[in-house]
Amino acid sequence: MQPLLSVQNLRAHFATRDGVVRAVDGLSFDVCAGQTLAIVGESGCGKSVTSLSILRLLDEPPAKLAGDILFDGRNLIDLDEAAMRQLRGNQISMVFQEPMTSLNPLLTVGRQLAEPFVLHQGLGYAQARARAVEMLSLVGIALPEQRMREYPHQLSGGMCQRVMIAIAIACNPKILVADEPTTALDVTIQAQILDLMRGLQARIGSAIILITHDLGVVAEMAQRVVVMYAGRKVEDASVAEIFENPRHPYTRGLLGAIPKLGSSADESTLHRRLTEIRGAVPSLIAPQEGCSFAGRCPMVRDVCRRVAPALREVAAGHDSACHLAKELGPMQ
Amino acid sequence: MTPLLEVSDLVKYFPIIGGAFRRSREAVRAVDGLSFHVDRGETLSIVGESGCGKSTVGKAILRLTEPTSGDLRFDGKSYVAARGAEMKAIRRRLQVVFQDPYGSMNPRMRVRETIAEPLYNFGLTGSRLETTEKVRDLLVRVGLPADALTRFPHEFSGGQRQRLSIARALAPGADLIICDEAVSALDVSVKAQIVNLLSDLQQEIGVALLFISHDLAIVEHLTHRVAVMYLGKIVELADRRDLFRDARHPYTRALLSAVPAPRIKVRKERVILKGDVPSPVHPPSGCRFHTRCPLAFERCRTEEPLLRSVDDKHLSACHLD
Amino acid sequence: MTSTVDTAGDVPLVLQAAPDLPPIVAAPSRAGPLTTFARRNPTLVVGGLLLMLIGLAAIFAPWLWTVDPHALAPARRIRPPSETNWFGTDDLGRDVYSRVIYGARTSLVVGAAVAAVATFFGVLVGVVSGFVRWLDPIIMRIIDGLMSIPSVLIAIALLGVARGSIANVIIAIALAEFPRVARLVRGVVLSLRERSYISAAIACGSSASRIMSRHILPNAMDPIIIQATYIGASAIITEAILSFLGVGTPPTIPSWGNIMAEGRALWQVKPYIVFFPSIFLCITVLAVNLLGDGLRDMLDPRAAKRI
Repeated sequence: MQPLLSVQNLRAHFATRDGVVRAVDGLSFDVCAGQTLAIVGESGCGKSVTSLSILRLLDEPPAKLAGDILFDGRNLIDLDEAAMRQLRGNQISMVFQEPMTSLNPLLTVGRQLAEPFVLHQGLGYAQARARAVEMLSLVGIALPEQRMREYPHQLSGGMCQRVMIAIAIACNPKILVADEPTTALDVTIQAQILDLMRGLQARIGSAIILITHDLGVVAEMAQRVVVMYAGRKVEDASVAEIFENPRHPYTRGLLGAIPKLGSSADESTLHRRLTEIRGAVPSLIAPQEGCSFAGRCPMVRDVCRRVAPALREVAAGHDSACHLAKELGPMQ
Repeated sequence: MTPLLEVSDLVKYFPIIGGAFRRSREAVRAVDGLSFHVDRGETLSIVGESGCGKSTVGKAILRLTEPTSGDLRFDGKSYVAARGAEMKAIRRRLQVVFQDPYGSMNPRMRVRETIAEPLYNFGLTGSRLETTEKVRDLLVRVGLPADALTRFPHEFSGGQRQRLSIARALAPGADLIICDEAVSALDVSVKAQIVNLLSDLQQEIGVALLFISHDLAIVEHLTHRVAVMYLGKIVELADRRDLFRDARHPYTRALLSAVPAPRIKVRKERVILKGDVPSPVHPPSGCRFHTRCPLAFERCRTEEPLLRSVDDKHLSACHLD
Repeated sequence: MTSTVDTAGDVPLVLQAAPDLPPIVAAPSRAGPLTTFARRNPTLVVGGLLLMLIGLAAIFAPWLWTVDPHALAPARRIRPPSETNWFGTDDLGRDVYSRVIYGARTSLVVGAAVAAVATFFGVLVGVVSGFVRWLDPIIMRIIDGLMSIPSVLIAIALLGVARGSIANVIIAIALAEFPRVARLVRGVVLSLRERSYISAAIACGSSASRIMSRHILPNAMDPIIIQATYIGASAIITEAILSFLGVGTPPTIPSWGNIMAEGRALWQVKPYIVFFPSIFLCITVLAVNLLGDGLRDMLDPRAAKRI
């Protein structure tokens, strides 16, 4: 099946006074209609830059993009600003991490929510307001009429995020890019928001690209997972494969590093050490020889430091960028 | 045996309008009558979501903010009103690691000075050489290279800075370290390093930890006992296994069910709470949780449930028990 | 993609190397450190150089004058600029150029001294006010009161009861300017107080004085230094105003204000007596302000973010 969005060899490099920052360095992945793809990684891996690149929200000097982002028969890299503006909020939308600061503090909720209808569907203001009220109910906000007149600072974090989601899905986008949408929220509110997103996805049928560092959220929401490290993809598989049969030492390290709720059931786990990944994320400026994970990898071999591994298929629909991918035994 | 730290009926209100003289005005009731204790060498965690007051508890225990009322006892001695040398003696044994790895160190002081500061303050320094040796030992103990002494905090990563904070907390030989969301701002892989470090230190030197966090999975891994807070009150307090396997309070249950598990075959029964957390300025009448509780009934609206023992050492504040 | 076989380990691996892609953006050219500095901080460099020029003129005044600045030559008074008197002569026949060069000394000395004194007292008062809560409202009301009176008037009032001399001028202007510094410092202290490293220092048992001197003050230096340059600029202007009004620098010592005062009556017919000192005054004040702006941009933490 034709993927809805196909990112091929995406590179996003920044010219800074300390050198060239290779934030994204050759990333490829596909998103199919109605599917949720999670992009997982820690800070500095390039996942946020990836999401901003798809929507061309980066300032293009100092950033420079290369590669292809194929959507709806067009290459988004080649589009100019006017063409991108037609797509944003319309066919491809984004939800950001900090709900409280992502809404304009000087405009009412109603005004901000009506905007996509006016811009993309050409509705008059009164009609747009009516649709806005509908959207607020759709995202589970009680007393929508009243909320329309309120300002973002009067809403809680969870409600702001609901409003942001409402704005994003207003025009039934084909793709929703969600950059850490629940990281700044409490866990009970996070549960509500994830629930909401799943429900909306079922209803509207959009694909979701979910950027997160939280593997629990990945397990709940995603069907496919891309793991990023130092600007590159290191593993790409279905969510089941990632959790049950991870084939990259970094993915394994991440899985081992998270404590799992319910660990107290087994008495022996008290004070058992979490699997560490020693060291820290490498700088994106220094050109890397060999595998970028070599400095922290528990299974590193001499070759790993000299030769950067290519992405290979290690199982059906499961790619990994590791020289030892096929030799990795089952995870304990 | 006397507990190391004992908190009784701790209350902290932040007045909104007017100064300390106008009690009748509105106030943010951040902490509203909290009682718990921490024993030597154990880890007690305080969990809760934003606005529950857990950070305020930490600050009040450290007297960084003055409690409105209540008693604080360290090793049996009350220190809630202590001043000067008396309070200093307490501070020596009660240290803290803060959440923000970037803000918790003076950017203009070198590592050596930062870690040696408690040594100077408590008169634990000898000659310059001796002090440097002590700092070096501390650095090695927290897993940092000894040459870190001469560097500035901005030269280190977030995880390394938290190690520096831990070294600073260990310097005066503290008996209890308060970890105020100490790992929340770190990446997943680095979190694991710091959690392991804290765990190791507890095993090696027997330091007690008061671990304040919103991350239940980390807490479950690290703690001996847990207190769950909601809107300024403790709603449940139990041993690790009792709480995580057999939570009694509806809020605790909702909290536990809300945490997304990094596992795919598990289909959890989800308790989705409705609504948002009420304002701590006007907490709901009766049980503070009744506005969101799926099991609330008439009594919950009018009468506040007390924190009582429902099972040996397992306390819960709910009318259903 | 190239394939090789690695037999180093116990199991031979067939390796596939990832393609080596060069960066798509040219790395910024690495010019020498001075050029890079100049390019990044143009305001600072221009202001600094200008000020240095004027400073050099002031220092080397004894070698730069052409005609003795104190020599009276009533026969040659009110002459326009000529070969002997580059800027002309004033109503007592004194050479304007030489007096203007010496005037630079007065202005720079007053400017620097006032900046230093006002900053010193301002920091003292500001830190105490920011740190000692119960004193804060009292001190701030006094500061507000002082700030509601224009600084020139305060200086005039103080000089009215004292003998005119450079030292007194400095003291008077410094007293008029220090409230600004105090208020700024207090604001900085209040915001720094909320940082976690201050809480950490308290938790470590540090005394209030230690916290003030070792934690707060060093971190407050950036805005203080910038403010000090602005105070310097303001002081130079104030001194000129006071001298112009006749209550500042005694008339025996050349000061740009003095020179302008002496040329005031004639300025419509013989503008050069007022013109030259005022040009120098403008350039100097501009230089100091540029220096301050440049410092502020350089020290701005947002601009200094590194990846």
